[in-house]
Amino acid sequence: MIDLVNIALKSIFMENMLLALFLGMCSFLACSKNVKTAFGLGMAVIFVMTITIPINWAINNYFLQEGALKWIGLENVDLTFLIFITFIATIAATVQSVEMLMEKFIPTLHASLGIFLPLIAVNCSILGGSLFMEQRGYNFIEATVFGFSSGIGWLLAILALASIQEKLKYADIPKGLEGFGINMIITGLIALTFMLFSGIAL
Amino acid sequence: MWKKIKKTKEYKVFMAPLTIENPVSVLVLGICSALAVTIQLKPSVVMVLAMTFVLTMSNMIVSVLRNVIPKNIRIIVELTVIASMVILADQFLKAFIFDVSKQLSVFVGLIITNCIIMGRAEAFALGNNPWLSMWDGLGNGLGYGMILIVVGAIRELFGAGKLWGIKVVPQFIYDLGYVDMGLMVYAPAAFIVIGIFAWVQNELILRSKR
Repeated sequence: MIDLVNIALKSIFMENMLLALFLGMCSFLACSKNVKTAFGLGMAVIFVMTITIPINWAINNYFLQEGALKWIGLENVDLTFLIFITFIATIAATVQSVEMLMEKFIPTLHASLGIFLPLIAVNCSILGGSLFMEQRGYNFIEATVFGFSSGIGWLLAILALASIQEKLKYADIPKGLEGFGINMIITGLIALTFMLFSGIAL
Repeated sequence: MWKKIKKTKEYKVFMAPLTIENPVSVLVLGICSALAVTIQLKPSVVMVLAMTFVLTMSNMIVSVLRNVIPKNIRIIVELTVIASMVILADQFLKAFIFDVSKQLSVFVGLIITNCIIMGRAEAFALGNNPWLSMWDGLGNGLGYGMILIVVGAIRELFGAGKLWGIKVVPQFIYDLGYVDMGLMVYAPAAFIVIGIFAWVQNELILRSKR
């Protein structure tokens, strides 16, 4: 149990997907103009991560790893080189099917998250999450917790930047620094504050 | 001779991403890997080579296939082409420069979701012939690489006093009380250095327009 809490805290604060590992920057910079959009995107990321990481865990452990195909009698097959292509295919397929299911059964949720879902297929934090899960060798429950809490960390970071950007409209910034430049510097400062958490020993 | 080259379409397509349409600092694409691998110069250079390879190849292949790909499944087709190229690059790195490959860890795989590649495939390769697409891919790869290499060099130089793993800041400067800037090797510095880099570049572009 305590292991799971550790993984959760670690992926929310110390190893925040966005601020420490730099994943998902494109949508982070593109969708942080106002807090509402940022929140919607953040929720969608949590949702997709919590679903895709366990699915990819299962695929990785029952199909791709060396000796994983034992259950159909192929002992010595090592398909690890197919990891990238299967993971990205799973993610794209999951995103697509989640979107369709959502549209059918929970239209209200679809109305608020719908536009963000296609964007997420190419969000590197989702693929990154799956690759880290494989690299760190989590078990099934750990992988699920890792996915969920990484999503929360991502949400926190984008909310922070979005709320600062809303105030930034009133600031007087040098012409060349406007937009991308100042966003990166602000993100750097937010990352600096998140670095403080790395002093916590778990 | 040079003037003649300057007038060709290839030259324009190749140079635009290096200057006014830089994918990283002007169009804000492909930031993730630009930040993550730039702690030192060496992984940055390797990343640039892998990225340029994948970008050029995928641009060319998507362009060759552009009349065959059905419109509504083009994203999946593009992803498959890109992912196959990334697997090639990754297997190559693992086979020949294993230590750098370990250092880059998941970021080689993340070339797949690098928005530059997807963006160029969508915006350029789907509408142009393979020859021009190749130049576009090469230019964008190098435009991306330019930033990575500069940021990587700055971070390694100030963070560890080294370049390419070789000490360049002489000992007597340390004796005078110079200290390596520890912050440079951490995540926040990457954001700030890229921010400042983009500032300088935008300022130069604004000046030249005036």
